[in-house]
Amino acid sequence: MNPDEINEPIWKVPPPRASVMPARPPDPACQTITLQIDGRTVTVPAGTTLLQAASRLGLRIPTLCWAPTLTPINACRICVVEVEGARTLAPACARPAEAGMVVQTGSERVRLSRKLVLELLASSVALDRAPELLRLIQEYGADPERFGPSAAPADRRDARHAGHHHVGDGATAETVAQPVKVDNSLYVRDYARCVLCYKCVEACGTDAQHTFAITIAGRGFDARVSTEWDAPLPEGACVYCGNCINVCPTGALVFRTEHELREAGSWAPERQQETDTICPFCGVGCTLRVKVQDDKLVSVTSPPEVDVTGGNLCVKGRFGTSYVNG
Amino acid sequence: MDLKIHAPPPTTAERTAVDELLGPPAVVAHADRVRRGGPQVTRRDLLLPALHALQDRVGFLSEGGLGYVCERLRVPPADAFGVASFYALWSTVPIAPTVVHVCDDIACRRGGEALVTELGAALGPSGTNGGQTWKRSPCLGLCEQAPAAYVTRAGSPVFRTAFGNATITKIQAAFGGEDQSPSREGLSHFVPQTGSPGLKLLGRVGRLDPVDLDAHLGDGAFAGLQRALSIGPAAVRTEISGSGLTGRGGAAFPTGRKWDAVAAAPAQPHYLCCNADESEPGTFKDRVLMEWDPYAVLEGIAIAAFATGVEHAFIYIRGEYPLAEARLTEAIRRATARGLLGARLAGSGPPLTISVRRGAGAYICGEETALFESIEGKRGEPRSKPPFPVHVGLFGKPTLVNNVETLVNVPLILREGAASFAAVGGGASTGPKLFCVSGAVGRPGLYELPFGVTLREVLAVAGGTPRGLRSLLLGGAAGTFVGEEALDTPLTLEGTRKIGASLGSAVVMVFDHTSEPLDVIRRIAQFFRDESCGKCVPCRVGTQRLEELVARRLRGQPREGDELLREELGQAMRDASICGLGQTAHLAIDSGLRRLNPLPELAK
Ligand SMILES: Cc1cc2nc3c(=O)[nH]c(=O)nc-3n(C[C@H](O)[C@H](O)[C@H](O)COP(=O)(O)O)c2cc1C
Ligand code: SF4
Ligand code: SF4
Ligand code: FES
Ligand code: FES
Repeated sequence: MNPDEINEPIWKVPPPRASVMPARPPDPACQTITLQIDGRTVTVPAGTTLLQAASRLGLRIPTLCWAPTLTPINACRICVVEVEGARTLAPACARPAEAGMVVQTGSERVRLSRKLVLELLASSVALDRAPELLRLIQEYGADPERFGPSAAPADRRDARHAGHHHVGDGATAETVAQPVKVDNSLYVRDYARCVLCYKCVEACGTDAQHTFAITIAGRGFDARVSTEWDAPLPEGACVYCGNCINVCPTGALVFRTEHELREAGSWAPERQQETDTICPFCGVGCTLRVKVQDDKLVSVTSPPEVDVTGGNLCVKGRFGTSYVNG
Repeated sequence: MDLKIHAPPPTTAERTAVDELLGPPAVVAHADRVRRGGPQVTRRDLLLPALHALQDRVGFLSEGGLGYVCERLRVPPADAFGVASFYALWSTVPIAPTVVHVCDDIACRRGGEALVTELGAALGPSGTNGGQTWKRSPCLGLCEQAPAAYVTRAGSPVFRTAFGNATITKIQAAFGGEDQSPSREGLSHFVPQTGSPGLKLLGRVGRLDPVDLDAHLGDGAFAGLQRALSIGPAAVRTEISGSGLTGRGGAAFPTGRKWDAVAAAPAQPHYLCCNADESEPGTFKDRVLMEWDPYAVLEGIAIAAFATGVEHAFIYIRGEYPLAEARLTEAIRRATARGLLGARLAGSGPPLTISVRRGAGAYICGEETALFESIEGKRGEPRSKPPFPVHVGLFGKPTLVNNVETLVNVPLILREGAASFAAVGGGASTGPKLFCVSGAVGRPGLYELPFGVTLREVLAVAGGTPRGLRSLLLGGAAGTFVGEEALDTPLTLEGTRKIGASLGSAVVMVFDHTSEPLDVIRRIAQFFRDESCGKCVPCRVGTQRLEELVARRLRGQPREGDELLREELGQAMRDASICGLGQTAHLAIDSGLRRLNPLPELAK
């Protein structure tokens, strides 16, 4: 749109598109590394991960616990690739490229591990609101049913004690099914959908918010995202920045508005619109991506690629704009 | 960071326990208090010791107690709770102050179950909040004296005792505060070679008062350190490389190469961690060494520290080893008072401080990077490698991690020379080796034998298999089941590899015809399900699914497709898990089930 054609006041002008962070100029003094990925040669700066190196060649490696704005935690293992000569597979998201490496991103071995990771996740977690994972399950021919029918939801997962668990008879497959935690008016935590990717913990902690309201508690299959003593959010350190919601890949963390619409059966993606705008509250000017259904605001996110926010907001931008609903 | 602590105030007992460890709270200057967030976190690494102090004093971690620790160490409460709930020996709910942890793991299977039944009848269900209660425990490192138990009685001071051949009578005596650890005289039952000539690693075990420094000095202790100081760090490393010594912790990495890498690492300071977490079911060698020759461990650490430029070493010891911890602590105190450690090694060398850190019930903390996390006051979750510990280890600094037995070999090499050490055995398996023999043999116990002996010879020394031989578990829960066909295999890294097994921590667990193999395999599956840290998907969910698969088989109702499932799951866990726990969890289960053909009827 040509600004000259606009004779409306400036504040009515549609907001600028999200500004994308420009690629960092190559450091002239930086060492480079040459390696081979899927038979093609690529030269990258030292310190580049295999994931980044592969993406330079246009190769797509699936990721789940990795995000461009977070420190690689390499927990999900969906991104594993085969490095020639290595005993085990390597997580592409965290593994730095080394000179002379020969890497396969889609070998039989790689595909088997990815398939199993998907089967293990899908057999234990509700993934119906994780479209990317559902797509991967198709792509890899994963069959979560092979572990048998799901077990009935176990009660009090939060009370489980490390190193002790009830041993079942193997007739059914244990899951992480549990009731939704609804303890505040802004967002809900539906840990039956949690794949334990650690993203929310990182966003709440050292990678963004430095609030440390949530942690991983417990151990092994009983590990879970939790506040101290599983206290309701209003009794803990949470500042409702909602940065955890922004990074959650499975719909485990959602706005209360969304949760209630879904509960009522009136969640209707086909009637929804997303609009990018600028937060009205302070001078930082964060980009807000506002989702509206039937003229009502249902959620606010920020695109992670926006340089102003990196996907992060504060409580005002995230939750403070619901006044538009009247 | 703002700390938001909503906890009630600590009780006086809790406050005292924490203050005794951390010192009284400093009076914070007004200016500091005004500064946002106040004084910053200084000693996160004291989180585990502080939580131990609480658990030791009151028997569980309360909201008030944990809140006070958070306030003192400036750790966010959620973070601290994540740590508190990671370790099995801590309780985050009120529980009886006196607890007996009964081993029901592989070697203690039957005896442990019997004890648990009796205790259940006497004390009610596990984990009650009365005067005394009981809990099941994974291997307590006393497998040669099965069944084993570990009693803790909270108070000031706390009372902790671990013992084998557990009976209700012994447990009751322990409840009453009676120490149940074995006497020096009784040691020959479990270390049958005690006092035999020619022992290199067990030479002083049972022969000397374990903490009597003069007796040890008179017997050649610290002579290796003296020689090390006189030849210098580089020459020490050459000796170690020349000896062919490989790590005894399970991974069998060449020790000399590791030392060279740490010594050459430019970042400073360097740290050393003596891995005394010994939690691999069936393993008890490090415990015996620490309990009965703590000075050998200290001397090994001192030489290793000197050779790699370390001035601060840590001994990370599993929480279930109270006697070993006490002896090491006392030995450090005496050796420091004598000027062997501390400001100057043996009076003339560089400084060396050795700190003992106690684990809290987590097998995974034996994995070297999880061990770092634990010392740093975090959940024991392994890190991604590379970077390797020799470059980025404890507190992000170059770190040498060695097993207790590895380090005990070090003074020996310095005293006797690399050549004579390397003359025993061959390949990557040189020198003397400790074998943990338990189960259905005539004399279960710890044996020192030269590398190269066969499985048959080990069994013969341990009194043979008077009740017959059904199968053997080599290398512990992360190891492999083998049968009679393996008897002539030399128990070396190379020999075991050739038969598709591994030496691991040199566990030889023997099963006779009365054993119930499926029950044992199920217990192993349960062990990994309990001990997985939960960080990565293949292991977190995989260990759960493996346990379910074995449980089906145990009920005689495997499903069609279970064989393929086990194969694929095993491969994915081996290939895609972060650490050795997930990578090896399927090994014993696989080899055990394979030995159990034919398959029972498939379920429809
Ligand atoms: C799950 C797991 C548990 C381990 N437990 C121990 C242990 O208890 N003691 C030990 O010395 N090494 C243990 N290790 C091996 C250590 O990671 C490390 O390789 C070893 O301490 C290095 O010492 P070394 O070279 O002297 O053997 C464990 C490894 C894994 C994966
Ligand atoms: S709640 Fe979401 S972001 Fe947090 S660990 Fe679970 S899946 Fe990941
Ligand atoms: S393999 Fe198991 S123990 Fe190791 S990091 Fe993964 S979940 Fe944790
Ligand atoms: S994306 Fe690499 S491990 Fe999760
Ligand atoms: S002490 Fe019971 S199995 Fe080791």
